[in-house]
Amino acid sequence: MDPSTWLSAGESEALRLSLSVALRSVAFSLAPAILVAWLLTRGRFLGRSLLDAAVHLPLVLPPVAVGYVLLVLFGTRGVFGARLERWFGIELIFTRNGAALATAVMSFPLMVRAIRISLDNIDRGLEDAARTLGAGPLDRFAAITLPLMLPGLLAGAITAFFAALGEFGAVITFVSNIPGETRTLPLALYSALQEPGGEVAAARLAILSVILGLGGLLVSEWFAQRVRRMLGR
Amino acid sequence: MLLAVAAAKKLGSFALNVAFELPAPGVVALFGPSGCGKTTVVNVIAGLLAPDAGEVTLGGTVLLDTRRGTDIPAERRRIGYVFQDARLFPHLNVASNLNFALRRATGPRYVSLDEAVSLLDLGKLMARRVHRLSGGERQRVAIGRALLSQPRLLLLDEPLAALDQERREEVLPYLESLRDRLAIPMVYVSHRFDEVLRLATHIVLMQSGTVVAQGGIGAMSLDARLRALIGPDAVGAVLDGVVLGEDGPSGLTRVRIAGGELKVQTPKAAPGTALRVQLLARDLIVSTQMPQHLSVRNNLKGVVSAIIDDDSGSDLIAIDIGGAQVLARVTKAATRELGLAPGLPTWALVKSVSLRGRSFTSAAYPRG
Repeated sequence: MDPSTWLSAGESEALRLSLSVALRSVAFSLAPAILVAWLLTRGRFLGRSLLDAAVHLPLVLPPVAVGYVLLVLFGTRGVFGARLERWFGIELIFTRNGAALATAVMSFPLMVRAIRISLDNIDRGLEDAARTLGAGPLDRFAAITLPLMLPGLLAGAITAFFAALGEFGAVITFVSNIPGETRTLPLALYSALQEPGGEVAAARLAILSVILGLGGLLVSEWFAQRVRRMLGR
Repeated sequence: MLLAVAAAKKLGSFALNVAFELPAPGVVALFGPSGCGKTTVVNVIAGLLAPDAGEVTLGGTVLLDTRRGTDIPAERRRIGYVFQDARLFPHLNVASNLNFALRRATGPRYVSLDEAVSLLDLGKLMARRVHRLSGGERQRVAIGRALLSQPRLLLLDEPLAALDQERREEVLPYLESLRDRLAIPMVYVSHRFDEVLRLATHIVLMQSGTVVAQGGIGAMSLDARLRALIGPDAVGAVLDGVVLGEDGPSGLTRVRIAGGELKVQTPKAAPGTALRVQLLARDLIVSTQMPQHLSVRNNLKGVVSAIIDDDSGSDLIAIDIGGAQVLARVTKAATRELGLAPGLPTWALVKSVSLRGRSFTSAAYPRG
């Protein structure tokens, strides 16, 4: 089942790139999303509602605006971009890591929301019980809270993964549309539509997206059921 | 002093202000109506709730002293806690729940996994998922888990409240055997007097955030404030007795209590077994003469020590039977006609004896 037998070189490149970008995006955002969800659920600090609003901003902004802000912050002359390049040699602009950052920012609110709901549902009494059994704060988090958050983590990661696969505006604005580096499926689909006679290519890419999405939904449902059973719900 | 607790805490309009002690190994029952602050007290002892001011000392270790700024975190207090709702970890099976405690236990180990499993009869449940347990099984696992953390003190917050009568009867004997075989000190929260009678050696009586009376269960069974709380039908002296042997012809068991002896119907018990009995005030008849030609088999000779108006239209006659008091309820007319007065020699005829389980007599407390 080599995909190259029924996908063109450009299509399989876009598919591989999309999966790679979406995976990186989830990998970047998982830990920060847990932290932010924790702060928003359990934290008692000044500026909590400001943090809440900031996290949700990508949901209400035009994706192009998010891409533009990333360009300003992480471009070669940007506050973060210049330093990342000088200190760590990390280039974001026009790279797949940049594409992953753009999709991570866009899908971050979805991920935080899912994790937050699962955190809210955890019975704090279980953490108290763990305390009386000798479990310190980190131990409680790792042994009780994190496993009980698993359904939310999973739901968040899957939602974010598929949102990342489909992200268009922020990606094209921040990292442009470079074949093999930043041309993910939606960008390839857009490019195909721009070319004369590209309708067939566009349709194939659209069908590929549908198959990918459908498969993803089925797999995530199967996962969710297994986790629920594991937690005895 | 084994356990000394003093705590003050304001929670909205509710104010808690308590102080009590458990002088020796045993079970102290925090007894009182719902909402009187019992759970708040155990949370303070556990370290899950910080009082505005207070002190908690356990076996010579200061766990909390707000004046000196001492506050050992809950996870280092080595105090086991059995919650009303069990709070088993839903993502772990029974064995893993037990191991969770065992792995984190510090200090001397006095209960092994095997012991806890056999003591609480958990063998068949070990591989079971938590949501597949019945209410009674859940509490047994919770008790086992708390035990395996090798606690110096066990807190039980209404562990049977969520269970029906049958399930309570199923769990109670396990709690008795913890008390008797491990001699682990316990604080037992309950609003049911029958549970208190089965388990407690001491009672701390609470009402709207304060301790209104405290003491050994025998003395407390005579206390007016406890009487008011449990209602007239439950009033009666609680006495710790010792089995003397079988009464040949009747098949009854002879039990020595204070200066007297009772014949009671019990399942076989070896001589020397400690038994707790309750003589309900309504089951006692008072006679000023040596009773004869009566069907009542048990009578205790004594001296009237007090006449107490019990607020329900009758009198409670307190009779000293040689080292312990019993209470008998009589009508005011009877008090008058018999000329009952302190100092008068009397006989208390016992119509029936309520057995309240084994009583705990700990000669030696094995651990520091």
